[in-house]
Amino acid sequence: MKKVTVYITLKQGVLDPQGKAIQESLNSLGYKEVEEARVGKFIELQVEEGPDLTERVTVMCDKLLANPVIEEYRFDVEEAEAL
Amino acid sequence: MKFAVIVFPGSNCDRDMYHAVKDVLKTEADLVWYEGSNLENYDGILLPGGFSYGDYLRCGAVASTSDIMKQIKVHAAKGKPVLGVCNGFQILTEAGLLPGALLRNEKLSFMCHQEPLVVENNETIFTAAYDKGEVVHFPIAHGEGNYFCDEETLKELKANNQIVFTYQNNPNGSVEDIAGIMNKQGNVLGMMPHPERAVEQLLGSDDGLRLFQSMIQNWRDMYAANA
Repeated sequence: MKKVTVYITLKQGVLDPQGKAIQESLNSLGYKEVEEARVGKFIELQVEEGPDLTERVTVMCDKLLANPVIEEYRFDVEEAEAL
Repeated sequence: MKFAVIVFPGSNCDRDMYHAVKDVLKTEADLVWYEGSNLENYDGILLPGGFSYGDYLRCGAVASTSDIMKQIKVHAAKGKPVLGVCNGFQILTEAGLLPGALLRNEKLSFMCHQEPLVVENNETIFTAAYDKGEVVHFPIAHGEGNYFCDEETLKELKANNQIVFTYQNNPNGSVEDIAGIMNKQGNVLGMMPHPERAVEQLLGSDDGLRLFQSMIQNWRDMYAANA
């Protein structure tokens, strides 16, 4: 079993009003050094091992997990911890 | 003309849509569950608003992978009219039947009120009964209706007259004030505002009636031409 961790973020150039609100909130807490905040998603998958795992996860991301019109993704594959 | 109103788990404007076409426009319609249904015998497909699958992952993303969407893609390719409203619009973009995506509203809040819209293109099967440039009033009710597409797509939308409705006072940050677009073929329309909630003067506006009347008239004309 493998643990796949998928990180999905909005593409540069796509407005992120939630990130903007977080940045302004951090600024108002006194963290003036924060110039930008962008919100993304983090998805963990437990996937059976296989020779084409990377390709399969890529297709999963393209088909469902990320929307290529507005989002970018990357993922890491590691050994799943025994449950 | 017989309409299919598609119902997903979490749809909540399906009854409004059904009421509009069945009771107000007096045409045939069925509420069609997303699983185990066949769309062969319907002349038009209506994807209503709501929160299909609780808006999990992204609005419309999970519904866009359903079996009924595979059928809708086939019928859309054959030229059958498809109207997606609100969550229906989100599902159509997620399914790739319409370009672009719907983002969180610029000011983050869910908005529910009437908006004036401009009919940008009246040479469509959905808007033939309107005048070009006419201002109509439809309710909006969404948290993620901020239409986004890249510049290249926007150029294409303009070049092919695919922008059907724009907001007069952009409420959500949509690119170029876009409220509704159609596909290149002209038989799939997606829009955030709700024409089905604007079919009775008692409820504030009946400007939405002519959208459904345009669809029905087009179907009758095609039917007569093929008879």
